[in-house]
Amino acid sequence: METLTEHPHSSAPERKKLDIFGILARFAPLIFLIVLMGGFATFEPRFLTPLNLFNILRQVSIYGLLAVGMTFVILTAGIDLSIGSLVAFAGLVAAAVSKGGISNRFTVGAGQEAASQGWYLAALAAITVGVLGGFLQGFAITKLKVPPFVVTLGGMSAWRGAALLFAAGGPISGFEPNFVWIGQGRIFDQVPVPVVIFLAFAVLAHIALRYTRYGRQIYAVGGNPEAARLSGLNVPGVTTSVYVIMGFFAGLGAFVLDARLNSAEAVAGTGYELTVIASVVIGGTSLFGGLGTIFGTVIGTILIGVLLNGLVLMNVSSYIQQIIIGIIIVLAVAFDTFAKSRQRVG
Amino acid sequence: MEPLLRMSLIRKKFPGVQALDDVGLEVQPGEIHALLGENGAGKSTLIKILAGAQQPDSGTIEFGGEKVVMASPHDAQRRGIATIYQEFTLAPNMTIAENVFIGREPGPNVFVDWRKMASDTRAITERLGLGLQPLAIVRGLSVAEQQMVEIARALSMKSRLIVMDEPTSALSSAEVDKLFRIARELKAQGLSIIFVTHRLEEVMRICDRYTVLRDGRLVGNGAIADITIDGIIRLMVGREVKALFAHRDREVGNDVVLRVEGLNRLGNARDQSATVLADVGFEVRQGEILGVAGLVGAGRTEMARSVFGADRFDSGRIMIDGRTIRIRSPKDAIRHGIGLVPEDRKQQALFLALAVRINLSMASHRQILRWGVFIDEIAERAMVEEFRQKLNIRMASPEQLIASLSGGNQQKVTLARWLALRPKVLIVDEPTRGIDVGAKVEVHNLLFEMAQSGIAIVAISSELPEVLTISDRIITMREGRVTGQVKREDATEELLMSMMTLTAKNTERNHGNID
Repeated sequence: METLTEHPHSSAPERKKLDIFGILARFAPLIFLIVLMGGFATFEPRFLTPLNLFNILRQVSIYGLLAVGMTFVILTAGIDLSIGSLVAFAGLVAAAVSKGGISNRFTVGAGQEAASQGWYLAALAAITVGVLGGFLQGFAITKLKVPPFVVTLGGMSAWRGAALLFAAGGPISGFEPNFVWIGQGRIFDQVPVPVVIFLAFAVLAHIALRYTRYGRQIYAVGGNPEAARLSGLNVPGVTTSVYVIMGFFAGLGAFVLDARLNSAEAVAGTGYELTVIASVVIGGTSLFGGLGTIFGTVIGTILIGVLLNGLVLMNVSSYIQQIIIGIIIVLAVAFDTFAKSRQRVG
Repeated sequence: MEPLLRMSLIRKKFPGVQALDDVGLEVQPGEIHALLGENGAGKSTLIKILAGAQQPDSGTIEFGGEKVVMASPHDAQRRGIATIYQEFTLAPNMTIAENVFIGREPGPNVFVDWRKMASDTRAITERLGLGLQPLAIVRGLSVAEQQMVEIARALSMKSRLIVMDEPTSALSSAEVDKLFRIARELKAQGLSIIFVTHRLEEVMRICDRYTVLRDGRLVGNGAIADITIDGIIRLMVGREVKALFAHRDREVGNDVVLRVEGLNRLGNARDQSATVLADVGFEVRQGEILGVAGLVGAGRTEMARSVFGADRFDSGRIMIDGRTIRIRSPKDAIRHGIGLVPEDRKQQALFLALAVRINLSMASHRQILRWGVFIDEIAERAMVEEFRQKLNIRMASPEQLIASLSGGNQQKVTLARWLALRPKVLIVDEPTRGIDVGAKVEVHNLLFEMAQSGIAIVAISSELPEVLTISDRIITMREGRVTGQVKREDATEELLMSMMTLTAKNTERNHGNID
């Protein structure tokens, strides 16, 4: 009976402790963004002009689209390294379609004079390629049980190879005006179209993750796959789906990139995966899965854009920019791990 | 004689439980000592403290006549204490010799003297007749052979005391004989062995002395020659019945809801040919609580996971309401009205980074959908509130992270997750593991209420007082088989313990099938 005296009834309701560290951790990306912008504004007055701010947003909008897709993947504790290559391949296919079809590409060559197709066909082509590519990788991950890192590392090489093969005749450029407007136009002569596309899809993704059953399932699968399975969730299905979504955003991103550059080439998108993963992780999404938001990803993306833009304005070389991005991604993950260990103890 | 090991007044407290309460353990040089107790009695904690893997809150350890502090596993090994856990710590892709000398490779500077390593390994294995080839790769060895490698490693470290945690649980009887021959050989060479086991027949065969723990306390020790199996069982289960645990009599229905026939499964992660489940069969009626008793590794959890579709099985039939159903995944089982509260709450049930609300509704999204896609959070909050009241879940808010609730309240949320689905059958695996006594009683009462409402419940528990409290009928399992069945009113802890531990032949003598 003595054992009973130890803990008769721990009936006091558990209290929620005010966790200052937790609150700081949650808003760390936003705080960091504000501090960074303040810093750049002090050193470089040109930084805070509306023109420059819209430029930053326009520059990050393609990274942003990809980062929204990547958030789904990382929430399931996965990763997709193939997106840069997939963007190049999907972009070339879309460009070829807009220039008069894929068959022309191989028979006539890069005929600048080929009939212009509607921009929507190009969009459809890019997204189809992205979705199929993503599905293929998701299939390999769930059915062949190859880790995401390996599958998408393979994809990184394979899609780039496909792009180089496809672009044998060189870059494809010179699209119809409507197509180009999507990349270079501004709505009300102010807001760049890519920015609108980025933010619109970010809102859609936020709604999907926050308010739908599917969103719940993604957090569940990422947070504890075994518990998700034992709760009756279709874990392989959810896992495959996030790579399909990533593929969709890679296709969309490729389409917007084509439009912005008015050109598609095989080396497009090189190194995008790192910048995009960095944006997501800096935005507070945990590489261990189950934790993160689209809001964080948007902030993380803008943060990377501000950082790069500020460094350009300060005449820091692009090589050093790469070093800084590399260091930041490691620090962001270190911060994530540290926050997690705090949680365990607390 | 001066004992080789004397642990005295060892105390260790974990959150919510006093794991060890002034426990002592003495081992003489050259003896085989049995450390006994039910699951959760504190044996594992005690050997972890001895092995330096955990630190006691207070108490002293004397080893070889001097007072020592086991600061780390390395420290304990250096002093001559080797611990062989159930899960081996071998590197599967390396050779036996490399494993034996891992971390202590002989040779000058950074180079390894492979020849010396192999010959030293051979010397050890030959001395004991272990029959191991030093250059064989560990992956290809049987469980028994891997255990021999662990023993060889212990000897190469010049250990004076070897602790073996359930060493025979995965061995065939011929392998057990060999292990015992080697144990006697080691004893003859002056080494001492602590043998943590549940198998009392083996204790009587091989051990010289015993120590019994119960609920973190020392309840008895002495010479094996002076005690019987029944005497040991009495010490292990204790006399006093926990008064708070009271069975609640209810009407049990006549309709069989779940019927399992001839469930077979071969092969676990470690051994392709191991028998995991052998011809397991049972039935549960509407409103009945069927208790499943057995020792760790008896196949109870494996049975539950197979019925729920979480693990495959080779053959067998599962019937709900008299109709055979096909279960290939938990999703199938849930569709047929079966729920499972798994044994390891944190690993298998909870989403620790998510709120109570989201954890609770995870299996029943269908009921709170709007337009087929969106979660209706108002309905969801209503669901959480309903179960908060029904199950008396103590939380500050539904938005609180589940990780911040106590174990008992976490378990209530897990139960609520299944209740929201209105299951026909609920399998609960160790429903009160790691929660305090007050919460245990609450969970028991919830199980009674769930049964009262007509749910057929299969309750797996390693705590015999709990099995005896909650069950209407009890089956016991051992080595993947159902070894007996008994009505609650006919069962005692002693009877269950013997049905769980003795071989099937003896069990039949004690108790046949009462159907």
